[in-house]
Amino acid sequence: MTDAPLLIVGASMAGLRTAEGARRAGYAGPIEFLGAEAHAPYNRPPLSKELLQTEGHGHDEVAFPIRSALEQGVTWTLGRAAASLDISRRVVIDEAGDEHPYRALAIATGLRPKPLPVDGHALTGIHVLRTLDDAVGLRTSLRPGANVVILGSGFVGCEIAATAAKNGCAVSVVTQSAVPLERALGPELGGEVRRRHEAHGVRFFPRDGLFGLVGDPCVERVILSSGVMLECDVLVVAIGSDPNTEWLAGSGLDVSDGVLVDGGLRALTAEGAVVPDVFAVGDVARYPNPLFDGVARRVEHWNLPTETGKRAGQLIAAHLAGENCEPLAAAGFAPLPSFWSDQYDMHLLAFGMTYLADRRELVAGALDDECVVEYHRGDALVGVCGIGMRSLVQSYRSRFSVPTAAV
Amino acid sequence: MIKIDVDMNKCQHYGQCVFEAPEVFQLNADDKLEYQAQAPDEMLADLEAAADVCPMQAITITQA
Ligand SMILES: Cc1cc2nc3c(=O)[nH]c(=O)nc-3n(C[C@H](O)[C@H](O)[C@H](O)COP(=O)(O)OP(=O)(O)OC[C@H]3O[C@@H](n4cnc5c(N)ncnc54)[C@H](O)[C@@H]3O)c2cc1C
Ligand code: SF4
Repeated sequence: MTDAPLLIVGASMAGLRTAEGARRAGYAGPIEFLGAEAHAPYNRPPLSKELLQTEGHGHDEVAFPIRSALEQGVTWTLGRAAASLDISRRVVIDEAGDEHPYRALAIATGLRPKPLPVDGHALTGIHVLRTLDDAVGLRTSLRPGANVVILGSGFVGCEIAATAAKNGCAVSVVTQSAVPLERALGPELGGEVRRRHEAHGVRFFPRDGLFGLVGDPCVERVILSSGVMLECDVLVVAIGSDPNTEWLAGSGLDVSDGVLVDGGLRALTAEGAVVPDVFAVGDVARYPNPLFDGVARRVEHWNLPTETGKRAGQLIAAHLAGENCEPLAAAGFAPLPSFWSDQYDMHLLAFGMTYLADRRELVAGALDDECVVEYHRGDALVGVCGIGMRSLVQSYRSRFSVPTAAV
Repeated sequence: MIKIDVDMNKCQHYGQCVFEAPEVFQLNADDKLEYQAQAPDEMLADLEAAADVCPMQAITITQA
């Protein structure tokens, strides 16, 4: 089917960057987006920050601009989820049973929050945060004086805690770990993040979990594993995410943890064979990064939808032009992950994979002020994170390089 | 010509843009962003890349 489009499933940042990348690399044919959300692509980070705080902010404030390259030849099928994939017939079937044929497919379905770990799904007042609609729903509950309990102390949990505290809520954070952001940043910076939250009135319940909920029809109290009982008007579950790959069950692709791809972002079957016309990008993709080691990982940082989308776009254009993609795919893909987080007046900026470290070193400043921390695994620098000190943190970029043996 | 606008109410001076288009964006000695408001058309790809990587999505690129 020569006039079938480049089909992109998941109309968010990674999908958008893939389409732009394919256009930039010369693909002028049709593109179709099939997206479960009703909204055109938008930027998620403000959902836990400005948008959660600012009444009236909606899609307009966070929408990605659609560049002129995507004004022609693009079909948007939104509010419709993909239900299955048939790689031998080259079609995606959506939840309404309609078939979407493709010449090349980009899987960009991202992640969704893990659900409440205890019974109580029927109660109101329980939230997760991934989508614009989630954010708008949560925002109306974060009223001054509301008792807000946040389960989980990763980036999303911490940012919601900061925003809720700024809104005048009484905030408690319940977490399995000893300090917030412990896995990502280690105990030193994590401890400092905790101190800063506590200075804004946030209470921490470390090494604890959720045992049960009380209330009907709205949650009123939560019982922690330690036996502590907390007043609770709003419970936010922020304990990590799972990849949206259920629709790929039975497709033959390796979806044991996200969609496994090679360095060219081409999907692999469970037997390890490359599927030359199926790609995966963004948070849902699991790929090796020779900057660190050969282990394929999913990495949930904001710059990677763009990096993977650009790269996949290039390969897709070459594939659809009938070119041999092997040399392009073999040329290493080693993007440097970068992430940031804004909580109160604290601005964290990091590069690399800090969570691979076995050793951390404060190399500049002081934790309770501005500072830079290096993350090492054995002899190798695997990450850097700063509070403030932007120029110094930025200067580390050139220090991450692919070991010659791995190229 | 390409016109460059940075919404300084949004910009948090992360400097991600500097890496993509150092000819146009710089962090000054106080770690604050400085940028040029115009650039030649040849820079479009770099400037779009800079707009893409801005965490605050503060950069607007318009082709005049
Ligand atoms: C609240 C929040 C705050 C964040 N803040 C930061 C931050 O400060 N710094 C940082 O570095 N990163 C941050 N991130 C991470 C960053 O936003 C993500 O890495 C990025 O959004 C991933 O983009 P994506 O396109 O891969 O996936 P997503 O944005 O998850 O998009 C996937 C899309 O696919 C759709 N979809 C799913 N299943 C189907 C299906 N079966 N059929 C069709 N469509 C489907 C989904 O509805 C969704 O629209 C944050 C994320 C969240 C949620
Ligand atoms: S990347 Fe964006 S936020 Fe950062 S300095 Fe540039 S314009 Fe400002």
